[in-house]
Amino acid sequence: MSIKAQEKPLGLKVFVLVFLTLWMFLAAFPFLWTLWGSFKVEGDFFSKADWANAIFGTLTQVETGDRFTGQGYHGAWIQEEFWRAALNTVLVCLFVVTISLTFGTLGGYALSRSTYRYAFWFLIIALIFRAMPPITLVSGYLPVFFQWNLWGHLPTAIIVLVAINQPFTLWMLHSFFKNIPQDLDESAMVDGCTRFQAFRHVIIPVMWPGVITTGLFSFLLAYNDFAVTAMILDQQNQTMVPKIASFLGTTQTKGNVMFAVAAVVSVTAPLFVMIMFFQRQIVSGLTAGAVKG
Amino acid sequence: MKHSAFFWFVLPSATAMLLFIFFPIVSIIVQSLYVEHAQVIIETENCGPFGCTPTTMVDQEATEALRREQPLGRFAGFTTYLDRGHLAVNEVAAAWDASSGWRDFGGRMLNLPFYKAMAFTLTYTFIVTPLTIILGFMIAVAVNGAVRAIRGPLIFFSLLPMIVTPLVGSLILFWMVDARGIIGATLQALADDPGLSVKASTPLMWIMLMVYGVWHAAPFAFIVYYAGLQTVNTDTLESAMIDGASRWQRIRYVVIPHLLPLTTFIALIQLMDNFRVFEPIVSFAASAHATSLSWAIYNDLGGETRQLSSAAATSVLTILGVAILLSPVLVRTWREFSRART
Repeated sequence: MSIKAQEKPLGLKVFVLVFLTLWMFLAAFPFLWTLWGSFKVEGDFFSKADWANAIFGTLTQVETGDRFTGQGYHGAWIQEEFWRAALNTVLVCLFVVTISLTFGTLGGYALSRSTYRYAFWFLIIALIFRAMPPITLVSGYLPVFFQWNLWGHLPTAIIVLVAINQPFTLWMLHSFFKNIPQDLDESAMVDGCTRFQAFRHVIIPVMWPGVITTGLFSFLLAYNDFAVTAMILDQQNQTMVPKIASFLGTTQTKGNVMFAVAAVVSVTAPLFVMIMFFQRQIVSGLTAGAVKG
Repeated sequence: MKHSAFFWFVLPSATAMLLFIFFPIVSIIVQSLYVEHAQVIIETENCGPFGCTPTTMVDQEATEALRREQPLGRFAGFTTYLDRGHLAVNEVAAAWDASSGWRDFGGRMLNLPFYKAMAFTLTYTFIVTPLTIILGFMIAVAVNGAVRAIRGPLIFFSLLPMIVTPLVGSLILFWMVDARGIIGATLQALADDPGLSVKASTPLMWIMLMVYGVWHAAPFAFIVYYAGLQTVNTDTLESAMIDGASRWQRIRYVVIPHLLPLTTFIALIQLMDNFRVFEPIVSFAASAHATSLSWAIYNDLGGETRQLSSAAATSVLTILGVAILLSPVLVRTWREFSRART
């Protein structure tokens, strides 16, 4: 569509350019700034004298003899045992994604193939559950978990996150399965497959693009969760996000904000890599729900 | 699909949702009607050389036994809902009688924790949602007009504020607006007021939280609109152009109507997500200036004494809020569904 009449007038071009530059700055600068600052000492990151110190690391040079320092990372990962939280996060994410995808593909497939009224209501109820703020459910869990001694363990958090994930996973996979032609599994069933065999041999081989996209969002939900993990896990089993929140309480008084800064950068880095590799899937996933309007 | 096959396929996910979403909802409704047992007090007479004095002490054993016997506590009906921490009926009535006008009444209401949280949550929801939609739309149009080669990197950086953990994203902004951080220092220089601190001022804190909200959510609106822009009918655009429509008219009468269904979708998701605003308040340590319903629940549950009944009552009220917010959408879906069937 490169027609002459479509060309923008100069003023508009400049405006768009300025606007985009401004937005890029707003979106990316805070992260770059924090990444850069995490290798400085606190006196530079929060500079009373001159904000430019954070760039040149004046005090860092005075205190450590070098322009960059790994003190924050050392303090967070080793001294405050952030590695343990990272390990817990890996476990939680791995299991949440696997389990919720298993449950979600089965359910989403059935919902996309059923023409009965109850399938519609199932989806509507799932939508209502999706709207519940997770923290409202937590006060329902706590007394039961205390009584049965389930509180504080990783498996408990995993199964709770799987359940909270389900409504979203079902909706997303339901719309993906809708796009897989129904003739595919029906012809397999005509050939004598049971419903499950048709699913196993015909649908599973073609469903991976949708499953990967949904898996990314399940991962994000488990990785980013604060409300549930902060309330349900004990000190030993904390994942990274509640751990950072606990840094804020304890270490700020000790003057170790830099631990929190280093931890924040450590949490952001995997997400950065993830967007780099899966940008296309994330974009298609965000729009998948919208297509239905 | 046969009923039995459907049943087995949805069984795992239905069980998970039943056990960990539906039952907890029932459980908080029940819990909110009970309060914890009072401690059993026994009175003994303490007799010394100067006569006897009655003293009271807590009977730990009896208290423990009572709590074990009825773990829910004692039935209290709606008292938790009506107390000072929630709907605060008596306090509202008192404020109504004592206040001199609407402004005064509003000010008094904001001293009550539930109404304070409600005020911020609603303000946040209804200011952030439209701003998100507008900003997202503007970015989408701008990126769509950019050279194809740089669109990839543009989308990459635009996604960052949304994908990054809310707690972490808001912490990053919070450190920058700290009086010693780069934005905070710049603001001080701009306002020419070295004492200016976002942390200390309620209006600035509200603005900051909402700026964060828009920053965090705009990429979502952007991506959805951007995808929508790819499917705008070029024939319609061209014929509008031939008919002499200006650039603005083409956006107003072709593009915007095309994107309208997407706007409903974005608005729905954003209303749900903004209503649960929570993490930024923790990160910004903003609870002195702004609290939200989710934060109120978190606050009740954390700390030394877990106030389960109070948290449950706030949870029920929050769920009611969500239901009211969602009801127009649900009614519309229901109408469409019944129309499709007849």
